[in-house]
Amino acid sequence: MASIEGRDISKSFGGVRALRNASFSAEPGEVQALVGENGAGKSTMIKILSGLFRPDAGQTWVQGREVVLGDPQDAMRLGIGTVFQELTLLPYMTVAENLLMGREPRTLGFIDRAATASAAWKLLHEAGISGIEPLELVANLSLGQRQIVEVVKVISRHPKILFMDEPTSALAEREVEWLFGVIRKLREQGTCIVFTSHRWNEIKGIADRIMIFRNGENVGTYEATALSEQDAVEHMTGRKLDMLYPEPVTLPEKTPMLQVSNLSGAGLHEVSFSAYKGEVLGIGGLAGQGQRELLLTLFGVNRARSGTIEIEGKSVRIGNPREAIRRGMALLPEDRKTEGLLLPLPVRQNLTLPILGQLSRSGFIRRDCEASLIRTMIDRLTIRTPSIDQPVGALSGGNQQKVLIGRWLLTQARILLLYDVTRGVDVATKHEIYELIKHLSQEGRTILLYSTDTEEMAHVCHRVLVMREGRIVEEIAGPNIAPEAIVAAAIHVAAQVNVEVPR
Amino acid sequence: MSTTETKSDVERAQRTPADLRLHYYGAQNVPLLLSIGILVAMIMLYLILFVLAQRRLPGSFELSTTLNNTMSVGLAAVGQTLVVLTGGIDLSVGGIVDVTNSVAAQTMHDNPGSMLGITLLVLAIGAGAGLINGLLVTYGRLQPIIVTIATLAIWQGVALLVLPQQGGAIPPGFTNLLAGNIGIVPSSLVIFILLILLWQVLRRTRFLVTLYAIGNDERAARANGVPVNLAKIGAYTVGGLFSGAAGLYLAAVATSGDATSGTPLTLTSIAAVVLGGVSLFGGRGSAVGSLVGACILTLLLNVLFFAGINPQLQEFFQGLFLILAVVASTLVRRFLQSER
Repeated sequence: MASIEGRDISKSFGGVRALRNASFSAEPGEVQALVGENGAGKSTMIKILSGLFRPDAGQTWVQGREVVLGDPQDAMRLGIGTVFQELTLLPYMTVAENLLMGREPRTLGFIDRAATASAAWKLLHEAGISGIEPLELVANLSLGQRQIVEVVKVISRHPKILFMDEPTSALAEREVEWLFGVIRKLREQGTCIVFTSHRWNEIKGIADRIMIFRNGENVGTYEATALSEQDAVEHMTGRKLDMLYPEPVTLPEKTPMLQVSNLSGAGLHEVSFSAYKGEVLGIGGLAGQGQRELLLTLFGVNRARSGTIEIEGKSVRIGNPREAIRRGMALLPEDRKTEGLLLPLPVRQNLTLPILGQLSRSGFIRRDCEASLIRTMIDRLTIRTPSIDQPVGALSGGNQQKVLIGRWLLTQARILLLYDVTRGVDVATKHEIYELIKHLSQEGRTILLYSTDTEEMAHVCHRVLVMREGRIVEEIAGPNIAPEAIVAAAIHVAAQVNVEVPR
Repeated sequence: MSTTETKSDVERAQRTPADLRLHYYGAQNVPLLLSIGILVAMIMLYLILFVLAQRRLPGSFELSTTLNNTMSVGLAAVGQTLVVLTGGIDLSVGGIVDVTNSVAAQTMHDNPGSMLGITLLVLAIGAGAGLINGLLVTYGRLQPIIVTIATLAIWQGVALLVLPQQGGAIPPGFTNLLAGNIGIVPSSLVIFILLILLWQVLRRTRFLVTLYAIGNDERAARANGVPVNLAKIGAYTVGGLFSGAAGLYLAAVATSGDATSGTPLTLTSIAAVVLGGVSLFGGRGSAVGSLVGACILTLLLNVLFFAGINPQLQEFFQGLFLILAVVASTLVRRFLQSER
């Protein structure tokens, strides 16, 4: 008997059909990967089966009984635990309060704070996590640490059915290993586990079965051992994809574009490097070693304490993002939803916001001019949107990312700072983004790229700088960079979070 | 976990060391500590000006009048805090104070039964008014600012119906109870301390934790399975109850009623909340801070008085001070953050 089933489920959001008569089922004691492109309906299905969304049509069955999931509480009572893609942690509350929300230890009806903190410590400890302090505010944790806390929170309720929507996208390799250890243990205990991921080697490494969604429909479930990546991609996209990464190209000549000397600031120590015209320069290393700070400092979000930045041989001072944009820089931030895009606004405004000045005549925007620029960009990046007036929030993750890239292409940026651009992006869109990066570099733009995916960095970059504790500790030159070399250089230091990998 | 670890090792590790706990407490309560800092500075300034003007130290009379003047703002600010913690705002505070003030002055008689009965009635009116706000915001899915602007006007109107002209009377016994002295201790000081203690208790309830959760991220709070709607309605209801208490206290201090005397409390309660370090975005801050903020506002008036500022310029300086205080605490917080 299936642990959980969705039968003929349909769901639309304002005219966009996310699911059409899609069925879903998962068995106890099995790990099932749910794969598909962005916008295929995976997250929507998970949210419906977790009681967060109500389906327009269809039934939900849990342990052989039909149920109605009115809200997440109903799902929790039925033993359904979900790690949502948009984490449900409360930033200005402590790790302990988050872990024990709604079930804090109480004496005489009042919450016992000390007991809450030690209960939280116990939960983390039992899950094999040390280095996350229960009294710390969640806002002060890294994305990876937050993901870990969210997982610990959900599994500590001992769910019989565990959904995880992209649990690994923010995790470093060692943390992924930790998560897989946790999953294996739960599988042995008979838990039904469903997770989504865009990383094929992870899916292969842990899943027993693979269910594929395409365009809001379930297009088949396969034994993990019997499905190759090529076939999976073909099922997901409905077309063949020969190679994920484009052929690497060598830099024809080394014309310096960006020269950074002894840059120090929050989380950065004496960082020096240069990047050339047309170069894709990887900023690698374990998560949280200063890569984010480097990009934010270059873009003027963080203030540099000392050091110089030269662009095309001219020394520049960058005090804020406006100046950075004027100097031809562009940043694709870590969290595109809060730091980049304006979700309720249409594609149009999201694309042209930084260049409105150039588009206007005496303060009025020339709409025709704007529209033609936008159309060119939509075609060039193959942004899939019903119209240019569609709110960006209604687009899938990959398309949102493309809108953000498009915005900076419109500014004619010469130096692109890309922070984990393919996070949570499906394989076909990833391929398009890699092609785009290659194309941009051939146009002579300089690209600084940080990624949690080492393999991606190895394939896409001309050169990789490995950072450790805010310093650049190694430089690995291409064209044939081995991912292992990046990991080896990165790993010489203990990770920020110590995870104990369960056997 | 290695087997050599003894049980007491585990137990010791579970408990965060005291100095680290203090560190986290400090880091998470910077706004509160800052507002206490401003309060201390205000007290010093007040003392200096007072001594210069009066050639003596202020005594229990000054303490009791200052606290009496603070208490109605303080009560309203505690109520406001509950709503602001959810990310909302309650502009109807002034209207609720007007109504409860008028009802108390119009109906209270000089006997213990009436005093108790009317007190309960007035608190119930406050809670009821808050409940209406809460239901409209939660189930009507309306913006708190619109709902409470509307109910503000409604309650202001009702107050004028109840008490068209200033008047009514509060029995002296009741005034003595709330605004007099218990032995040598001003009753308002006792109420002030009770409010702080009440908050320490409230903070340890699921209700308050849920309010913080809502203010942090309502969607995430829902996904965590906490009763969001109920808690929100509770916040407005208890908020209204505190506004009712503020109206009652205002009547007791003035010994009579005034259907418009509560109106300024809408804005002063918000000013107190902000000065107290409560985030208007919700999810951060404490009512203790708001009480501190209320004290700062009252002391400011005293300081302006003793500094010999033209009373007509009082509001000008109040505004100026508010901006300076908020800018200063933002700068300090930013400095502390960059030091991290």
